[in-house]
Amino acid sequence: MPKDFLKGANDEYDVIVIGSGLAGMTSANILGRAGYSVLLLEQHYKLGGMATWFKRPGGHIFDVSLHGFPYGMIKSCRRYWSPEIAAAIVPLKNIRFDNPMFSLTTTYNRDDFTRLLTDRFDVAPATVKAFFDTARGMNFYDDQAMTTGQLFEQFFPGRQDVVRLLMEPIVYANGSTLEDPAITYGIVFSNFMSKGVYTFEGGTDRLIQMMEAELLANQVDVRIKCDVEKINLRQGRVASVTVNGRTIKARSVISNANLRATIFRLLGEEQLDRQFVDQAREVRLNNSSTQVYMALKPGETVDESTGDLLFSSTAREFRTDLLLNRDVTSRTYSFYYPRTRPDGRERTLLVSSTNAHFQDWSDLSDEEYQASKADLIETTLDAVETYVPNIRRRLAHVEASTPRTFRHYTQHVAGASFGTKFEGLAISRGLPEQVKGLYHAGSVGIIMSGWLGAINYGVIVANDVDSMLMAAATSAPASS
Amino acid sequence: MTPDEIREEILDILENIAPDEDLGDLDDGVAFVDQLELDSMDFLDIVMELRKRHRVQIPEEDYTELASMASTVAYLTPLMKDLQKA
Ligand SMILES: Cc1cc2nc3c(=O)[nH]c(=O)nc-3n(C[C@H](O)[C@H](O)[C@H](O)COP(=O)(O)OP(=O)(O)OC[C@H]3O[C@@H](n4cnc5c(N)ncnc54)[C@H](O)[C@@H]3O)c2cc1C
Repeated sequence: MPKDFLKGANDEYDVIVIGSGLAGMTSANILGRAGYSVLLLEQHYKLGGMATWFKRPGGHIFDVSLHGFPYGMIKSCRRYWSPEIAAAIVPLKNIRFDNPMFSLTTTYNRDDFTRLLTDRFDVAPATVKAFFDTARGMNFYDDQAMTTGQLFEQFFPGRQDVVRLLMEPIVYANGSTLEDPAITYGIVFSNFMSKGVYTFEGGTDRLIQMMEAELLANQVDVRIKCDVEKINLRQGRVASVTVNGRTIKARSVISNANLRATIFRLLGEEQLDRQFVDQAREVRLNNSSTQVYMALKPGETVDESTGDLLFSSTAREFRTDLLLNRDVTSRTYSFYYPRTRPDGRERTLLVSSTNAHFQDWSDLSDEEYQASKADLIETTLDAVETYVPNIRRRLAHVEASTPRTFRHYTQHVAGASFGTKFEGLAISRGLPEQVKGLYHAGSVGIIMSGWLGAINYGVIVANDVDSMLMAAATSAPASS
Repeated sequence: MTPDEIREEILDILENIAPDEDLGDLDDGVAFVDQLELDSMDFLDIVMELRKRHRVQIPEEDYTELASMASTVAYLTPLMKDLQKA
């Protein structure tokens, strides 16, 4: 008989959270801590969603999405998780750029960017200041008419090199383009570039283990291998979910699944207002990624001046569409030195990431797909050679992932790495107006994605749910 | 609670939210963001904390009322006047 992953689960909860990505886990933790009964359902056998890792023989542990996040993670982890989790967040010191326009290393904060832009790029200090202040002052409710491209044109007309320095990391961080609203750039940029780039000491595995322990301490009922099939309504209100052959009731449901999957697969459009459905259909997904994971043989090291995060490109021009092209000219390398896991075995690993279109990978036959993957690995190794000489001989393990891999593991429509474009935010926020008690929390609208964005969005939604449950409790007639 | 007690309560919440800030010279008439390093998540924390401590509900469209200490106290006074200080 198959194992019952819901053994001992109650028939009813205050809150059911579908998906254990960072947003889902954070909502569950806050509501569990506040005293609600919470059931967290994850379809995969591991928690964390895209905040994930995998192990390979020989003591190699690869992090999939731990390339860097903003300073704000420290505060959010301290408040919504624990001081121990916050204490493990450390800065990455060497952020390096290498492309035909310039080659430099930066600590990636406002002071250092100001220094680079004025000294190396000869931009007037007043312009740099005005640009930073404008980016910093942007709010998500501001005017959306101006695009990121127009914002750059206003401050740095004709300066492709400056645009490249300021934009390339953000394109990698969230897949945004020069055509997206300037506010998405402004908000992410001022989050990211004001105080440097940070990482989690001990790796993703340690973070997720600590989070799981915290969830359990807060009485959250955590279940893996529970693939939710349906969200059920009664009289326009959320009533239960169907999972592993059971129907479990809930006063509220938070879906951390992809926004489009939540609306069209879990819920079904017939439950919703026509206009809302049309708008939801129009929400554009963000792009996906490819990655090549490389582990060096035990004892092989790379000098740390090679960089923690290296944005490398051989493209002469900077165009956001080129970054998505299958004919890859730009790669971001993350180096994981032995200090990444101070308590682990001494290993040096390297992950190369590129943004990618799902369609470029989805329609391939199995044979073509395997050949494309092999080609991705070989061309990446050729490119890495510049920074890590003799890489092929020093390698213990190499493998690749594609947009198909990401879809397979997270069930994200089209393997989207960064949720949806900006318009997804309004749909995500609008869901509870359509169906009472149903909420969505997870990467949407560019600004709510990434590790920090997902955690903070989980907090925002937990606040909405707490408010709704409390109001319902106060207004309900006494039952006993 | 009286306006003074509400002010004390907000200060207590702010101390937890921004432990590194000196709240001693807070100017009640000036926006919090112009004196303290607060972001939108910090304001959300104030809202969540008030709900947890006093079951006070502040709808999202009213968050702007929390701009300064003076406006916060003025906004909360009618909502909290019948509550007892803990
Ligand atoms: C290659 C790559 C690199 C990245 N690098 C960085 C980086 O360096 N820094 C950074 O800040 N961010 C990075 N990100 C982005 C970041 O990882 C994500 O934005 C964030 O982890 C998303 O969290 P989330 O809560 O939105 O949900 P997700 O992580 O998408 O989790 C959703 C969860 O829901 C589960 N689920 C879905 N459907 C169901 C169902 N029906 N029933 C049960 N469970 C279900 C999924 O299995 C998954 O666990 C990267 C992403 C990728 C793909």
